[in-house]
Amino acid sequence: MTPVQLIFLAVAAVTLAAALMVVLTRNLIHAALWLIVTLFGVAVFYVLLNAGFFAVVQVVVYIGAIAILFIFAAMLTRRVMQDTGPQLNAGSWLAGLVAVLSFGGLVAVLSQWPGFSSQAAALPEGADPLVQLGTALVSPDAYVLPFELASVLLVAAMIGAITVSLEKKP
Amino acid sequence: MIPLSWYLILAAALFCIGLFGVLGRRNAIAILMGIELMLNAVNINLVAFWRYRAAEGIAGQAFAIIVFAVAAAEVAVGLALIISIYRRRNSVVADDINLMKG
Amino acid sequence: MTIDTLIWLIPLPPLLAFFVIVLFTNRHRALSHSIAIGAALLSWLGSMVVFFRALQVEHFGEHPFGSQINWLQTGDTWFKIGVLIDPLSAAVIFFVAWTVLMIFVYSVGYHNYGQPKGDHDRKGLPPHGANVVDAHLHKHQVPSIEPMYSRFFAFIGLFAFGMYTLVISDNLLTLFAGWEVMGLCSYLLIGFWYGKESARAAAIKAFITTRIGDVFMLLGIAYLYSATGTLTFREIFAEETLAHLASTPAVGGFLGLSAAGMIGILLFIGTIGKSAQWPLHVWLPDAMEGPTPVSAMIHAATMVSAGVYMVIRMFPLLSAGAEHGALTSPMLVMSFIGAFTALFAATIAVAQNDIKRVLAFSTISQLGYMIAALGIGAYVAAAFHLITHAFFKALLFLGSGSVIHGMEHGVLHTGDHSVDPQDMFNMGGLRKKMPITFWTFLIGGFALSGFPLITAGFWSKDEILADAFGHGHWAVFLTLALAALLTAFYTMRQITLAFLGQPRTEAAKHAHETPWTMTLPLVVLAVFAIGYGWVGIPEHFPVIGGLLPNWFHEFVGGTLAHHPEAVAFSRWPLLTSLVVALGGLGLGWLTYRHYKAGAQDPLQKLLGPLHKVLQSKYYFDELYDKVFVKPVYWIADTFTNQWMDRGVIDGFLHAVSRLMLGIGPILRNYFDKPVVNGIGDFFGEGSKKLGRSMRVLQPGKVQSYMLAAMVLAFGTLFYYIYRLLRP
Repeated sequence: MTPVQLIFLAVAAVTLAAALMVVLTRNLIHAALWLIVTLFGVAVFYVLLNAGFFAVVQVVVYIGAIAILFIFAAMLTRRVMQDTGPQLNAGSWLAGLVAVLSFGGLVAVLSQWPGFSSQAAALPEGADPLVQLGTALVSPDAYVLPFELASVLLVAAMIGAITVSLEKKP
Repeated sequence: MIPLSWYLILAAALFCIGLFGVLGRRNAIAILMGIELMLNAVNINLVAFWRYRAAEGIAGQAFAIIVFAVAAAEVAVGLALIISIYRRRNSVVADDINLMKG
Repeated sequence: MTIDTLIWLIPLPPLLAFFVIVLFTNRHRALSHSIAIGAALLSWLGSMVVFFRALQVEHFGEHPFGSQINWLQTGDTWFKIGVLIDPLSAAVIFFVAWTVLMIFVYSVGYHNYGQPKGDHDRKGLPPHGANVVDAHLHKHQVPSIEPMYSRFFAFIGLFAFGMYTLVISDNLLTLFAGWEVMGLCSYLLIGFWYGKESARAAAIKAFITTRIGDVFMLLGIAYLYSATGTLTFREIFAEETLAHLASTPAVGGFLGLSAAGMIGILLFIGTIGKSAQWPLHVWLPDAMEGPTPVSAMIHAATMVSAGVYMVIRMFPLLSAGAEHGALTSPMLVMSFIGAFTALFAATIAVAQNDIKRVLAFSTISQLGYMIAALGIGAYVAAAFHLITHAFFKALLFLGSGSVIHGMEHGVLHTGDHSVDPQDMFNMGGLRKKMPITFWTFLIGGFALSGFPLITAGFWSKDEILADAFGHGHWAVFLTLALAALLTAFYTMRQITLAFLGQPRTEAAKHAHETPWTMTLPLVVLAVFAIGYGWVGIPEHFPVIGGLLPNWFHEFVGGTLAHHPEAVAFSRWPLLTSLVVALGGLGLGWLTYRHYKAGAQDPLQKLLGPLHKVLQSKYYFDELYDKVFVKPVYWIADTFTNQWMDRGVIDGFLHAVSRLMLGIGPILRNYFDKPVVNGIGDFFGEGSKKLGRSMRVLQPGKVQSYMLAAMVLAFGTLFYYIYRLLRP
């Protein structure tokens, strides 16, 4: 077992445990915090996949914005939601079953794929994934369109969020 | 070296945990958290496939970036909606929002 | 117009009169009687023309008037009907025309035309009289006009049509048609005053009794037709046909009769019914319920005569197969029944008190004479007596009607309605009050008794007795002689009680003569009652014998193929006639001339309990009631009505309806509700249940939707990828 593998396994364990805690914990704030741990784990995975940029973006966007947003929302809706009531709904057993079966199914299907156990090839020399990404996002014959649309989407989401949560002036 | 299968299994596990959270939690915010987990699992999958299978190109990464953006937007709007519902109905329990009951 | 066409037209005027009166002129009395009398006059005129033309033809029997038409197609041939006036029917139509006309005229006065309407008169009951106030403010009751005046004339018009049709027929079918029309009219006219229970009963009795005879007659006609293929008289009486009928045995070998014998007897039974011979005589006395013109017409002049006319007409058939002098079976039957009835009815007549009833039994008795005469083969004598009897009996009935009218006037005058105007014991001394009626009645009565020389009845009755004596039929001779004695006796009894002596009641004291419309016919008929006898004086009669030719014998005798011989003259039957006629008349006068009001009938004293039997007509009515009428009623009411109709048929229907009523709810509960409703409900309720059960798919919860989506999506996805990766 190479050290990388060990690291991977450790981080994977932490991530998955944290993810479980997210979905199982009663207290919503705790769930949000566990989410942050999970997101951190995911960030580590990005690093292991030579996508360092993503790790940073993960931390900044997910943890720094989204998770915080979750905490805010939890706090804003806390009054009613007493953390003492049940937090799993009636059909959760079925959900769990479906989740397990889906996992099993996914693994079974993927393991049929010949490329399932392929190793990582070496990165091409001199290739900088980050530069490549940046170039691709703004070059017209690459992905500038989705990029611009994404920004439009973000604007729309922003406007939408503001509109939805705007309180009517009396 | 880490075989691709580990990443895929990890992502699958994460996805399924998120799926359970979506389908099984009462609180709407917790459901959104589950969705975040699922999106993250997808992202991991995308980047893993880029790294192991299509590292020459940049398509995987571009896809992952867009997913980030979409996820963010979606969370923002989702939470705004939840806040709005909470203001109206004083409840964020998903089961209570059943106006479309047949 | 030829004679043959004229004959066809003779019955029509009365028929038309019937229809016109019934349809149009029922309310107009004068118009109705004028139409009726006018029609009778037209028919009379036609009959007279035909008769006098017939007299001019030499050997008329061989060249009769007549014509035929094809009436009904029967296979390849035609059934023909037609008219025939041969000597017999010419003589008969003569008397029919006169009597019918006289009776029509008489009816005008009889039904009190010109009198006011009665106070309490109702249709269906005889008129009661009206109260009038005269110039001196005296109130008295007068006879009132008959409420159903026009109807009477319509009915007698129809009746006249029936009789004329019968007389002019040349075949049994139209004869039978006329016969039946008269049967109907007798029912209508006997029951004319339908408000009276007794009249209704009498009408039914008459119809049913004659019907019994008619059924057998119809059987005879049918048998005759099937044996010979024709019903026309001249064809039946052809030598070969008669010989054939006489030689073939009757159907079923009945009592060894020949076909001719059987047919003859069957036809004769029709006459027994129609001419009221024993045993079917019971209807005639009761038929006196009808108005007197009806009694005269139907029961003297025409209808009962039709029965005798028919057997006279069928004489060749009845006598077919007889060896010279011997009697055939039908003739034996006829002579027995005729003679028996003559005596039987005469014995009953002596004990009757009602003036019309005496005449009724007298008619039965005289018809017996005619039939007995025919039975012994005295063809001409029977026809002669038929015609003379028609005249004097019609005269007697109309006279009795006049008497009754006079008595009724007296009853109304005195106001004593307890007095029966028809009871002879309430009369007396009417000779002075009603002279014309008296003299004409006397003439009629003498004719009936056979008063010598000057009355027609003497000549005809004497001829029958002579024939019976001359051919050696002793039983018939003695019976008829005895009956003649009784006839004379009861006739004189009747005349004495009614007309001679002193009035025995107030009503009789106040009777008065009837109007000219009633007395004129009496006078006319009296002329015939005297004069008609002189056309038939036998050739070898002492003193007067050869003075006048025996026209009647020559004329009517010519009807037969073999002209009958006149019987040789013998003084014994003549003496017998004289003795019984004068003796009977004398006895009657002697017995009753000192009769006082309220006293017992001298005859009753003489006969004792036998008198009661005679008066009750030998209890034949009671016998028939017990033996025939009551059982038939039982069958009709108890058996057919209650058991069969109500019990079986209605019971069956009730059972069916109960069954249906039972089936109804069963069907409803076991088929309609569960199956039919079930199917309907299945669709309705089923849809609702399906919907409700499918509601669970729409809980409104997002997570449920997502769960479902996940399951399906993953499932499908895995399946296809699996298939893809593992081909």
